Amino acid sequence: MGDFLGAVGDVLTSSTFYASAARLSALLMFAAVGELVAERAGTLNISVEGMFLSGAFASALGYHLTGSVVLGLVVGIAGGLLIAALQANLSHRLPADQFVVGLTLNVLVVGLAAFLDSNIKPVVEAASVLEIPLLSDIPLIGPALFGQTWPVYLIYPLVPAIGWLLYRTRWGLEVRAVGENPQSADVSGIHVNKRRRQSIYVSGLAAGLAGGVFVLGLIGSFDVGMVGGRGFVAIAAVIFGGWTVKGTVAGSLLFGVADSFRFTLPSLGYQVNPNLLAAMPYILTLAVMMFFAYRSRQPRALAQPFIRGLR
Amino acid sequence: MTVDETPILVDPEVTTPVTPHRRREWGEVVILYGLSIGLALGISAALVAFTGGSWREVFSAIVEGSLTRPGRWGKTLAQSAPLLLVAVGTIVTTRSGLVNIGQEGQLLMGATAAAFVATRLGGPGPVLLVGALVAGAAAGGLWAALAALMRYWRKVPEVISTLLMVFIAFSLTGYLLSSKSLLLDRDPARANRSVTSGQVPSDVRLPTIRLFGNEFHSGVLIALATALLLAYLLGRTVWGFRVRMLGHNPRAAQRAGVDEARSGTLAMATSGALSGLAGAVMLTGGVANYRLTPGFSNNVGWEGLLVALLARASALLAIPMALLFGGLRTGSGFLASTGVERKIVDVVQALLVLALLVPPAVLYVRQRRRALAATRDRT
Repeated sequence: MGDFLGAVGDVLTSSTFYASAARLSALLMFAAVGELVAERAGTLNISVEGMFLSGAFASALGYHLTGSVVLGLVVGIAGGLLIAALQANLSHRLPADQFVVGLTLNVLVVGLAAFLDSNIKPVVEAASVLEIPLLSDIPLIGPALFGQTWPVYLIYPLVPAIGWLLYRTRWGLEVRAVGENPQSADVSGIHVNKRRRQSIYVSGLAAGLAGGVFVLGLIGSFDVGMVGGRGFVAIAAVIFGGWTVKGTVAGSLLFGVADSFRFTLPSLGYQVNPNLLAAMPYILTLAVMMFFAYRSRQPRALAQPFIRGLR
Repeated sequence: MTVDETPILVDPEVTTPVTPHRRREWGEVVILYGLSIGLALGISAALVAFTGGSWREVFSAIVEGSLTRPGRWGKTLAQSAPLLLVAVGTIVTTRSGLVNIGQEGQLLMGATAAAFVATRLGGPGPVLLVGALVAGAAAGGLWAALAALMRYWRKVPEVISTLLMVFIAFSLTGYLLSSKSLLLDRDPARANRSVTSGQVPSDVRLPTIRLFGNEFHSGVLIALATALLLAYLLGRTVWGFRVRMLGHNPRAAQRAGVDEARSGTLAMATSGALSGLAGAVMLTGGVANYRLTPGFSNNVGWEGLLVALLARASALLAIPMALLFGGLRTGSGFLASTGVERKIVDVVQALLVLALLVPPAVLYVRQRRRALAATRDRT
């Protein structure tokens, strides 16, 4: 136990830990805040994993072709939106089951990315580090929050933008209404499935950006296994956070920290079993859903398709 | 509940089934399926052509590798067996109105439990083999039952819990394979860094069946028998009727005396047990050289789920669908000779699934539109 506390102490005083935790949390946060919008509209958008990977590969491809980080990110967003378009139109224009579509899209993206990657082999470089003067000199957390590559900083405007969109616009109100009670929303003249499709596009945009930031902001290379379930962790973060913006951000931070523990502990010379840390997000999320269900109420129509006249 | 009890006055004319355009509907079905499957195959062929391959070669390699080369259709049967088991289990939950998407994890838990029995317990071979299969089914069933328990006790949606438990299963298996006191191979000659369990002893393996120069493990028979048994159970027994009633209308089922929590948990556990059995069959049937590995499940759970979706809740239809997917899996092994990356098979599979999803959805929409128009004409 003392050994364990020593390890935690060492980690908490290591500035590389803060930097990597911030990066990995930001990564999850991109995908999670987009997923939050989709879930508030009542769709459990499990193809977010596929959108993430699609965005990652598309941005690697975009950078490979243009040599520009900005264009790479834009192509990455387009990659996420492509999967979102399939998911949205198949499950919310046509009445195909959303889980079936989502799982199939995840399989499709893995196959497609692996196939194209082995044929094209995009060459990627990470974006330049942008240190914000003064702020990045704060010990420990300074480099973590203000000494990253510039694409990572996109998370700072994105989170408030999503909060504004969900809670301060008519569109957001309609999205939340559609997720709570689609029948009433429909009667009030809201096009339920249209709002759901749009919310999936928002999710695809954010997840595609997450993939782009992963490739161009964090790693500087592409590998098919790189996303490796982070899309599902993002879903877990939304649920863990009780379907609120603050909660989702907190969940992403917590799971990002757990993720970076896995990398930081071995580099500081500690032997840890990575499996338990890998399972932590899922176990915590299930525990939260079981025991704090009364506090974190899910959108009432979550994962229920809407077909007018059927209930 | 008073709302439900108010008698509904039904105009007998409106409820008569609307079937004026039978022939046109059949034409629609054929055209829609033809178009969407053609589109899926067309996209796949375009991808192959775009990367400089020849789709004719790819097609013949897949057919040869899965069917016509000597000894290959036995391999296809062996690949299809676990897919069929998973699919049939999934159909039970689909029929009961539950959504189980955690087959990959349930299968892995089954394989892990079977590995424990087969490599860590002693005893006569046949007993251990049966023990391993039963343990696999039990582990998978319990893993799924946990999700059902969370649903009925704490109202956690089973869609989320089954999905999240897939990743917990992966971590758990990885953990068990990390120490020699648990499941890691104790053989001192074990290659350094190889993370596998010990090999299943030769007398605990599923007997091999030889037929016309093809070999496959007897798990194929288990899977086939299970599919037929469940088709019977679901269609012809009280249990099956309860399950289907629950799926059609849980409230009506409860009024008729079906205990939702009990029947639902049983359906979920059955589904998990069949996925777990699939894992045990894979392990004792020779996947990964009779050793448990961290990635042992190798997408069989996900693909079995897709097979179930394509079979549209029919245990009998699952048999040809499982063979199709099994064939694509074995056929992909022959793609190396054509110079096309074997991952193209994953793409083809996924596109085929999407292609087969679209026509029923379109038909449903059109049928509803027609029915609505018909009622509008009357009023």
